[in-house]
Amino acid sequence: MSTITESAGATAPIPLKPRRSLAWLGILPFLLFALLFLILPTMNIVIGAFQNPAGELTFDNIHKLFQPSILASYWISIKISLASAFLGCLIGFAIAAAIVLGGLPNWVRSPIMTFSGVASNFAGVPLAFAFIATLGRLGLVTVLLRDWFGINLYAHGFNILSFWGLTLTYLFFQIPLMILIITPALDGLKREWREAAAILGANGFQYWTMVALPILWPALLGTFALLFANAFGAVATAYALTGSSLSIVPIVLFAQIRGDVLQDPHLGYALAFGMIVVTIIANTIYLWMRARSERWVKS
Amino acid sequence: MSMFRSSRFWSWIVLSLGILYFALPLIGTFEFSLRMKRGEYSFEAYRVILSDPRFQATFMYSVLMALLTIVMGVLLVVPTAYWVRLKLPRWRPVIEFITLLPLIIPAIVIVFGYIRMYNTSSIVPLTGTAFGTDILMVAGYTVLALPYMYRAVDTGLRTLDITTLTEAAESLGAGKITILAKIILPNVLVAILSGAFLTFAIVIGEFVFAALLNRPAFGPFMQLIGANRAYEPAALAVIAFSITWLCMGLMQLVTRLQKHTQVKQFR
Repeated sequence: MSTITESAGATAPIPLKPRRSLAWLGILPFLLFALLFLILPTMNIVIGAFQNPAGELTFDNIHKLFQPSILASYWISIKISLASAFLGCLIGFAIAAAIVLGGLPNWVRSPIMTFSGVASNFAGVPLAFAFIATLGRLGLVTVLLRDWFGINLYAHGFNILSFWGLTLTYLFFQIPLMILIITPALDGLKREWREAAAILGANGFQYWTMVALPILWPALLGTFALLFANAFGAVATAYALTGSSLSIVPIVLFAQIRGDVLQDPHLGYALAFGMIVVTIIANTIYLWMRARSERWVKS
Repeated sequence: MSMFRSSRFWSWIVLSLGILYFALPLIGTFEFSLRMKRGEYSFEAYRVILSDPRFQATFMYSVLMALLTIVMGVLLVVPTAYWVRLKLPRWRPVIEFITLLPLIIPAIVIVFGYIRMYNTSSIVPLTGTAFGTDILMVAGYTVLALPYMYRAVDTGLRTLDITTLTEAAESLGAGKITILAKIILPNVLVAILSGAFLTFAIVIGEFVFAALLNRPAFGPFMQLIGANRAYEPAALAVIAFSITWLCMGLMQLVTRLQKHTQVKQFR
């Protein structure tokens, strides 16, 4: 089957041997724009990370990243990104599975997908406000829990301006993103596979561990990487929520660019370079896993 | 049968918990925004925020930035996507990769690069003037919108036979600009609109670029209010969420219209 579709794809018109044409001039504005406002600025930061103030090559800045305070910011950033990506994947998967496989009525699906589209774009300053108004010291949920159930969240050590507070807030855009990406993958699970497994005597648990999850895991791991990068680069939500009290990397970098801390611009470049490295690793995993999972979903 | 029923039961449980998690912050924010007057619910916080001259100024500034970004994005993306499909199919992976880069490189790194590259002691000192910085803002927002804009337009072009359309137009004596403006643009208008609404939603509340380039946009204004006031931030969050909803709603509507017209065309 696959050879037929492949050869059909190959018959698409292949341009004849390109003579020295000026056709490439047509994309020159785009390339120029990308160069000036995307590639060169990024390269500038990367190069700056390997230069001293006199412009000479050095690894000093990278070396300085390994001082305890900066390592600690990377570590807390990575922990928050891991926690929100993991919980986002888990909960998003549970909701997507409930919609696709859980026998819920059909009308449930469309509003949830629409809402996910909106909520996955609702990051930033207003999201922080929403969670302060809900789970802050005077927030609706905090007050209701105290007045109705006698549970005082803040006496139990909860604080919206903390690690778990930020993670809980990030979930508001992480879960919807997971739902948006994983629902098509769950749709791709064929009914025949489940029936075939059942005929061969597999129970539900065996079907999931031996058939469905092995097929889904590239999609799951890929989305996990995407959610990780998504949380790692987020600045506005964290800044509006915690100010600079929680020193995650983007906030340290933000303060550094504003000239509040560090007093060493080249350390700032190294900090930014470190962020690029982390997001590139995460996105490479995502793209690679997506390519792997598409094999199953398409065929 | 019993297993089926129990799985449906658990699905409802999962769904209810999910709805609870997503509904509570929205209800909580709305409720909080009404609490400004002691002892009664009122829209006082909205009145205060809407009559704040800084709200009006920053909001209008961000709307202007969003519109300029959309225009810039269309001018940049439509001709490029068209030209790549028509003449340079080999370049497609390169162009697609470039349009995906803004999803990989954090926005804060890009704006940091601008500040380093276009500062007052550089060859192109754009950050030296308000106008120059606004150019950087629009350029930066266009970069942020690039992944969505390009994908929307490229998908829109896929449904067209652009080679035939181009040849037909050329045989009638149309130049390249005429073809783009009168044939390609109207045909991908729906795709452009759907990309434009998403761009609008992203730009209107954007914080990092505006804060670091020091421009009076809506995002930094919201942050400032958040740091200094109690009830107004909740009102702002409700307003911002409504704008996002409106944009996404319009996007869905437009996409549905597209499906509708496509069916008509095939008939």
